[in-house]
Amino acid sequence: MSGSTRVSAIAERSGSRRRGRASRWLSLAILSLVILSSALAAIIAPESPTKQSLAQRLRPPAWAEHSGAGHLIGTDQLGRDVLSRILYGGRLSLIVALLAVLLSASIGTVLGLVGGYTGGVPERLLMRLAEIQLAFPFILLVVTIVAVLGPSALNVVLALGVSGWVSYTRLVRAHVLTLRELAYVESARSLGASAPRIVLRHLLPNVLSPVVVLASFSVAQMIILESALSFLGLGVQPPTPTWGGMLADARNYLDQAWWLAAFPGLALMLTVLAINILGDWLRDLLDPTLAI
Amino acid sequence: MAQYCRARLLDLVITVVGVSTLVFFLLRLSGDPLALFVTETTTREEMARLRDSLGFSAPLWQQYLRFVLHALQGDFGDSLRYTKPAAALVWETLPATLELTATSLGIAALLALPLGTLAAVRRGTAVETSCSLVTLVGQSMPFFWLGILLILVFSVDLRLLPSFGRGSPAHLILPAVTLSAATMAKTARLVRAGMLEVLGQEYIRTARAKGLAEWSVILRHAARNIAIPVVTILGLDFGLLLGGAVVTETIFAWPGTGRLMVQAIQGRDFPVVQAGVFILAIVFVVLNAFLDLVYVWLDPRVRHR
Repeated sequence: MSGSTRVSAIAERSGSRRRGRASRWLSLAILSLVILSSALAAIIAPESPTKQSLAQRLRPPAWAEHSGAGHLIGTDQLGRDVLSRILYGGRLSLIVALLAVLLSASIGTVLGLVGGYTGGVPERLLMRLAEIQLAFPFILLVVTIVAVLGPSALNVVLALGVSGWVSYTRLVRAHVLTLRELAYVESARSLGASAPRIVLRHLLPNVLSPVVVLASFSVAQMIILESALSFLGLGVQPPTPTWGGMLADARNYLDQAWWLAAFPGLALMLTVLAINILGDWLRDLLDPTLAI
Repeated sequence: MAQYCRARLLDLVITVVGVSTLVFFLLRLSGDPLALFVTETTTREEMARLRDSLGFSAPLWQQYLRFVLHALQGDFGDSLRYTKPAAALVWETLPATLELTATSLGIAALLALPLGTLAAVRRGTAVETSCSLVTLVGQSMPFFWLGILLILVFSVDLRLLPSFGRGSPAHLILPAVTLSAATMAKTARLVRAGMLEVLGQEYIRTARAKGLAEWSVILRHAARNIAIPVVTILGLDFGLLLGGAVVTETIFAWPGTGRLMVQAIQGRDFPVVQAGVFILAIVFVVLNAFLDLVYVWLDPRVRHR
């Protein structure tokens, strides 16, 4: 490789790294904006998300003709302010997704730790159960559970949380299988440490960073799944605004009101995109070798 | 080979039994299916008779035993809604779902290979940036929103493509593209990473050194070696696609198994849900076994292990 090509290769690499950095800060900004604006929805939303006004039905965004006064991105089929509904819907999506990830990561990590450390029949049963669950389309499982429990925010969290354990269990178990053979675990055992102590004090801290990385990506997945459930009418029920529910409504007015479909989806996509980019960042920081 | 087949067959049996047992008990918790048949004029006696005739009055374990015995003969009972054998309903809708998922898988592979390869070969250029952007957006795009946007542009605005139903190949385009986006994005990322790794290896340098054209180095020498991870991820994604088909079929009113099952779950049509789960699980396991055979064909080293 000649000197000039090497220099240009390095320049290229730092160029792409700069772009990478810019997209990370942009994502951080977007995500902060999403979190802040949904946390402060009650203060900054121009209107109540459920306030109907039949005289103001299907008004286009403020920059178009015939727009209604005070509705920045228009109103829906019942004259409700779309922006306010997006803000409140975001709050719900974020809370549901975070709780679901917390639940599935806890269940999955505990099962993976116990299964991986004890081994034997329980471990084999556990991994078989994981395979059985993987043989079944995830969303269909969640839909079934929500249909059983009834649609509500809590039940959506439960359904997503209980169904999501498999990937954590597999990840944690794989790590524990190598960790438990290491000398420091062996010495802890020979010093008389009990199994719970070894698992909690010596194994758990060492599997935390891959779990955190996986969890950060699952937040994005859970947000999409929550919206898909609401879209199917199985999520949190109207009149509570959800991004998925707004998109489902928008489907009936596609030829009259494009903004009903465009903005909730845009909010959803930007949030997911930002989380995915930040997840990449987190992985590079915590565990660059991780293949997630 | 015989041993391999036996192991696979055991996998199939365990998975199918596990999944259907899980769903059987889950569904029984979900409430009384008779609520569907009750009107204001239904008497208590009529309810009891109906319950007996549908077999919902027996103890749970007897219901389960009967379910297993009948399922083994391919009989899942009649749909509570359509008074037609549930298994027949599922079999009727399965071709539509397989057509949709297979087309999506094809679209995903066809787009992902050139995108990923380009991104790797033109590393550090605007080409790579735009390829990465496409894959990143594809990965973060909620597929149901993509579906709605496609309808908005191609059906409502341009009036080019039908937005619902099944029939002509034109009906297939929008749902298949919708469903393929996520898999396309994931596969393209994998192709790019694989290409970058392979292109740095010595046999590639050898191929270049002997004066082969660059396209030949990439297509003949490099592409073959990333085929295995790509086939693996595409195979694993088939399950994801079946799941995505549930929502996609609902958006586009595509008459497939996914839509049938969503309707059945919402309407507590137990026999249809059970038949659907049973048959989908079989499809999934058989497909995975088939993929294993494809690896053997792609990678002769596996054969000798």
